[in-house]
Amino acid sequence: MGKTISEKILGGKSGTDAVAGDIVIAPVDLAFVQDTTGPLTIRQFKSGKRRSLASPGRTALFIDHASPSPNRQLSNDQAFMRQFAADSGCLLFDAGSGVCHQIVAEQLANPGDVIVGADSHTVTAGALGAFATGMGSSDIAVAMSLGKTWFRVPESFKIEVTGRFPAGVSAKDLILYLIGSIGADGATYKALEFSGPAIDEMPMYRRLTIANMAIEAGAKVGIFPSDGVTRDYLREQGREAGYSPIAPDPDAVYERTILIDAGSLQALVARPHVVDNVAPASTLGGTVVNQAFIGTCTNGRLEDLQEVAAMLKGKKAARGVRLLVCPASKKIFTQAISAGYISTIIEAGGIILPPGCAACLGLHQGVLADGEACISTANRNFKGRMGNPEGSIYLASTATATASAITGRITDPREVC
Amino acid sequence: MPAPVLKGTAFKFGDDISTDLIIAGKYAHLRSNLPELARHAMEDADPDFIKQVQPGDFIVGGSNFGLGSSREHAPLVIKMAGVSAILAKSFARIFFRNAINQGLPALICDTDKISAGDTLEINMEEGVIRNVSRSEAYHFTRIPPAMLSILNEGGLIPYINKHGDFQL
Repeated sequence: MGKTISEKILGGKSGTDAVAGDIVIAPVDLAFVQDTTGPLTIRQFKSGKRRSLASPGRTALFIDHASPSPNRQLSNDQAFMRQFAADSGCLLFDAGSGVCHQIVAEQLANPGDVIVGADSHTVTAGALGAFATGMGSSDIAVAMSLGKTWFRVPESFKIEVTGRFPAGVSAKDLILYLIGSIGADGATYKALEFSGPAIDEMPMYRRLTIANMAIEAGAKVGIFPSDGVTRDYLREQGREAGYSPIAPDPDAVYERTILIDAGSLQALVARPHVVDNVAPASTLGGTVVNQAFIGTCTNGRLEDLQEVAAMLKGKKAARGVRLLVCPASKKIFTQAISAGYISTIIEAGGIILPPGCAACLGLHQGVLADGEACISTANRNFKGRMGNPEGSIYLASTATATASAITGRITDPREVC
Repeated sequence: MPAPVLKGTAFKFGDDISTDLIIAGKYAHLRSNLPELARHAMEDADPDFIKQVQPGDFIVGGSNFGLGSSREHAPLVIKMAGVSAILAKSFARIFFRNAINQGLPALICDTDKISAGDTLEINMEEGVIRNVSRSEAYHFTRIPPAMLSILNEGGLIPYINKHGDFQL
């Protein structure tokens, strides 16, 4: 019987003939935490009997969620993490390095890897053909200690994408469409496996956006085949040696197949307060935005910043809109400076935030006031997510968020191009 | 290990109770001060919950309980608030695993018949929820064996400390 990508990776790693539904114990290629989950993970690790990491080089700590720290308590948490890194010899990516998921993509993830992180958007690395999933602090503490963890091998949904994206429509619209179609729990416990002609030619930055949001449909992973696009991306990162091709068997068994014609998609927005509350941007023109936030592990890549700069060239953010732009990593930031994107964005009224999670989770750098609305390229619009339960978050693509920043209300990008 | 029979009052919540509603990200600075963090449990879903909940009580949700973040602080603050089990029609995957890893039963059942304030008695062995207020009984879906063995040790860290490895 043919196998899905998830079955191939988990079967290979666990040395079993695993199929969906099986419980396997698999070695992990990378276990990581960030600064809001790391301190608990380290304390859980220390409450275990084993005192040393299974593999310091495969254990990473990221300081990105509150970076740099806005208060004393988080500063102390981060100092605790730095001390653990110094004592254990694990990898540390300190404030300013960027969002953990972007750094994992740039520096650490390889096709076929099993990656676990104490952050739900660990699924992002599925874009490179890794079986990457989020877990809590206890699971990651044990993975750090034993170098392995247990998985229930997920059933897979085959998401087959054909057609060409219309102008102004992108990967973010595709994943919002999918989540809107199947619901915020439509893929709970399942793997979303992407394929089809539109996926074959899809560049890595778009694959990362889609994989990143698999969790917003409840999925365990959002996984892509590893192909020429993957090899080219790894080569650009100086890591071509990590490349290996991965594809599902032609007769793999899927629980469900969903066909999407990219050519039929339009610019979409997820309205408050759940991600599956999706509507066309063109129908929300009456919604005034006070803040536009562009960045995060979903849409903070160089191509996103290029799009923002291209759309803002010669224009200004509307009066009354705070335009916050955050590169997802230091590497992206420096590239965007060299390309001139950053100065264009600043001249248009944008505020550049240091590489990290920034305003996404309400800790700092853009907390909403009561009654305010934010159009955001992030992945979550839960009540209270941006630090205030009286604020409203609308999720959209980079193009839609930029168009909305220009007009001051939710705007389909075709209106301003 | 959870007590064989749990007894308490139901606190009812709707569908899609996110980890942000359970414990808001804005309290991240309290995550190394768990007793203080737990005072904000369920705050954005029901600000009165933490004032009213008593040891042994239950959180009763709808579908997709615990969606969102991987923060294990979510089941942890619920447990610290005294809740002895969470009942829901379905759970988000990471939350479910985190709850079991914290030794907190997360039980899947049809929660429509349970109202706020109902007195419930849960027999963990028999898989039965007795609604004392309504003289009704419901079954919950059995916890998968691999996870039950973790729950019965009081969570993942005690489980690994006892067995030294996964024995699933």
